[in-house]
Amino acid sequence: MQRVLANTLRGVSFYTAVAFFVVLTAFPFYWMVITSFKTNADLYNVTNIPFWFNEAPTLQHFRYLFEQTMFVRWLVNSLIIGVCVVAITLVTALPAGYSLARMTGRSGEALGIGIFLTYLVPPTLLFLPLSRIVADLGLQNSMWSLVLVYPTFTIPFCTWLLMGFFKAMPVEIEEAAIVDGCSLFGAFIKMVIPLSMPAILTAVIFTFTLTLQEFVYALTFISSTAQKPITLGVATDLVRGDVFFWGEIMAGALIASVPVAIAYNLFLDRFISGITGGAVK
Amino acid sequence: MAVIAEPVATKRASRFQFILDRRDVLGAIFVSPAILYVLLLVGIPFLLAVYYSISAYTIYDPTWRFVGLANFRQIIQNPAFIETLENTFIFTFASQFLGLVLGKFGALLLLKPFPGRKIVRALIILPWAVPIALAAVAWQWMFDSLYSVINWTLVALNIIDRSQAPNWLGNPHLAMLCVIVVNAWRFFPFAIVIFLAGITSIPQDVIDAATVDGAGFWRRNYQIILPMILPIVAIGLIFGVVFTFTDLSVVYLLTMGGPVGATSVLGFEGFQVGIVSGDVSHGAAISLFMLPILFLVVIGMLRFIRRREI
Repeated sequence: MQRVLANTLRGVSFYTAVAFFVVLTAFPFYWMVITSFKTNADLYNVTNIPFWFNEAPTLQHFRYLFEQTMFVRWLVNSLIIGVCVVAITLVTALPAGYSLARMTGRSGEALGIGIFLTYLVPPTLLFLPLSRIVADLGLQNSMWSLVLVYPTFTIPFCTWLLMGFFKAMPVEIEEAAIVDGCSLFGAFIKMVIPLSMPAILTAVIFTFTLTLQEFVYALTFISSTAQKPITLGVATDLVRGDVFFWGEIMAGALIASVPVAIAYNLFLDRFISGITGGAVK
Repeated sequence: MAVIAEPVATKRASRFQFILDRRDVLGAIFVSPAILYVLLLVGIPFLLAVYYSISAYTIYDPTWRFVGLANFRQIIQNPAFIETLENTFIFTFASQFLGLVLGKFGALLLLKPFPGRKIVRALIILPWAVPIALAAVAWQWMFDSLYSVINWTLVALNIIDRSQAPNWLGNPHLAMLCVIVVNAWRFFPFAIVIFLAGITSIPQDVIDAATVDGAGFWRRNYQIILPMILPIVAIGLIFGVVFTFTDLSVVYLLTMGGPVGATSVLGFEGFQVGIVSGDVSHGAAISLFMLPILFLVVIGMLRFIRRREI
């Protein structure tokens, strides 16, 4: 009897702790969802219970977002920026990661760490000179400035990530290709790339999410509404005068968050093994 | 049939092929675009930032006059900057500490399988995955002076009276607490994931052997598991410290450094002075105060990576 009691007690305390964590992490997002579907009359009435709908849910905030604001434009901007940055990153980081893992030996190791360390140089240190460089190139206040600057952190990140994957790949595969008459370059194109598709996909997903998450450079370089990426637009542009429009802001934040959240959950394990660079074996 | 045509093609390209078949040459060609990009857009801007900080350069006076360390001297003499510096340290270490504690406990919870564990994990990862700027806006709404859901709950539970409901972002101490909590909230799922990756990488027989030898829960935790996962935790912590110490977005979106500079941090101050006010050289000098910490962190990281290689 006592045993049963102790077990139940342990179970209850365990699930209480789990519930605490889930509420802590997920409540702000629950709050986004609730806010974005509530009518204004419901939102701005302190006598209502805020956790659920006191009036019928509405789509008015979403409609406003898509019809009265530049929201769609921001989505398209983010998509263009993301695709371009992914392309630049892949073209540079894929060979670099392979080279550092396989072709440059001991010096490649040091070079790899060096590249990775540049990932740790913060935007808040570089934004002043970069904003001048961007202006000199005539890109100020244009989303193309972000296409130029974002690879400065996605290239180091993906080079490191891909280097880890290439190191884990058996050498015999390319050796076999070379024995069969492939050149070194041919082995890379015909064998290594097709076989590392999962790694490349991971790099693509995380490059894309990094561009969506970035805020500092976007804030520094871009001030005109039409050029903003989604994160910056939602966070800074939906305030009209001094009035916040919480329904619209939360609706925008929700739409922008969902794809990133899904991508992270799908690719989390690969991300961890990549970021720790095989620190655990 | 294609065999007949092939030798001609290889012969013509042979010189080119020869170069491309040398491992070191192709390796250098492969790695150079990435290095070049990083040198041009990280290396040069970095040197420029140093140069800005020792010249008198504003958007109104673009003469690049060399002034030595005068900018730094002026900055240090400003009491508001000292407060900013203190804030940055408090913000970084408080949020990292809170994040690590939450991360450790969260990892312990998620270690053993239980029904719904996958969903719980997916929900717990959210704060780290979702762009922090968007999450910060959601927190701003939760801390709203009038419609704060936190205050509503506290009032409903009779913990406080509506007339004395706290103005979270309007009170200097509470505002600091808010930015720390939001940052810890964003960081701790990452800590959980790092802890989990470390713990699950420890071979079960090591832990079993320790248990057989009579090691209890705490001894297993702190004398066997913790030393073994230390390298990976260190990498996670380095990320956390660097990105928190240099952060701008949480403070910018939640408090704008206010009230009256109470939550101003280095990254934010550099932005305000260098971009908003256009005083580029002082802004660059403020940002450069981050460097000593970054150097320490980088040295720490290199040491851990070395140790791992051995």
